[in-house]
Amino acid sequence: MVNIIWVSMAAIGIIYAMLNGTMDQVNEAIFSSASEAVTLSIGLISVLVFWLGIMKVAEKAGILAVLAKLFRPLIIKLFPEIPKDHPAIGYILSNVTANIFGLGNAATPMGIKAMEQMKQLSGSETASRSMITFLALNTSSLTIIPTTVIAIRMQYQSASPTEIVGATILATLISTISAIIIDRIFYHRSKWGAS
Amino acid sequence: MISAWLVPCFILIVLVTATIKKVPAYEVFVEGGKEGVKMAFSLLPFLVGMIVAITILRSSGALEAFTDLLGPILTTIGVPPDIIPLALVRPISGTAALGMTTELIHTYGPDSFIGRLASVMQGSTDTTLYILTIYFGAIGIKKMRYALKVGLLADLMGIIASIVIVSLLFG
Repeated sequence: MVNIIWVSMAAIGIIYAMLNGTMDQVNEAIFSSASEAVTLSIGLISVLVFWLGIMKVAEKAGILAVLAKLFRPLIIKLFPEIPKDHPAIGYILSNVTANIFGLGNAATPMGIKAMEQMKQLSGSETASRSMITFLALNTSSLTIIPTTVIAIRMQYQSASPTEIVGATILATLISTISAIIIDRIFYHRSKWGAS
Repeated sequence: MISAWLVPCFILIVLVTATIKKVPAYEVFVEGGKEGVKMAFSLLPFLVGMIVAITILRSSGALEAFTDLLGPILTTIGVPPDIIPLALVRPISGTAALGMTTELIHTYGPDSFIGRLASVMQGSTDTTLYILTIYFGAIGIKKMRYALKVGLLADLMGIIASIVIVSLLFG
């Protein structure tokens, strides 16, 4: 699926440029965006190193285990395939917690660690049911405090920069619940299809 | 305010707890950090591939043409066409979406309908393709099954929810 999307984005863009004379812009964009992507990856090193370091300390100090115990009932319901005391639960919880507080940079490394743990459980190169549920949670966004948006609104002299927080929480709640329902529907459909 | 306190306090709690439990904090930190270096480099090709393809689509003008095509239909059901590029780009590129949100807030004002809608949409959805690329790329998942469909449908729900809620609260 991602193969098709990736190829069509590039192909449609190039063919459109051929027909509309925007080839110069495309040509320039190819190289500048590639270098931008490298800069982004290098920029990620600082965040990844720092948060994976801190999270390792948190893990060894037993903090993830405490978190896991607290939210265990909810997460077990959402991820029935993961054993109750598995480290994946702790990483999933850290990722969700970081997302809720709008710490996107902190959430990503923990999300990757959670995925790694889930891959060890499934031992395959195919996405497992828990991985997709976790992805659905993340893509529906769990942000409660959209700090970046509030900052932009302040910059443009909004009368009330934070007035959108309530609406955002409501929209997030609806999209997250929908994501879980959609995930369940697709899971059951895939199970019926296989049997 | 709360966000500024959150991260430092979290770090303080982690380090104090580690010390109480006699964990060699610095050594463990370095050990974990090494994984971060490896991870960033393994992500690099995935990011280059994705970002270049999106940029080709945007810089050619094809994305804009698609938006112009959809505009008239959406206006009749009460969706401002100016929001469409943001809705389309949001699942694909987080930085591009943030750029568009900033642009919309700048053009229409933060307290306009479009400004508020862009703000809520930015906060209540996430970059599905980026998350998919990073998470599955980092651990080498080749077959993603129904993951993309679920992610994109979740985005669509977030976008619809934003439009309905902003219309109800501020319309």
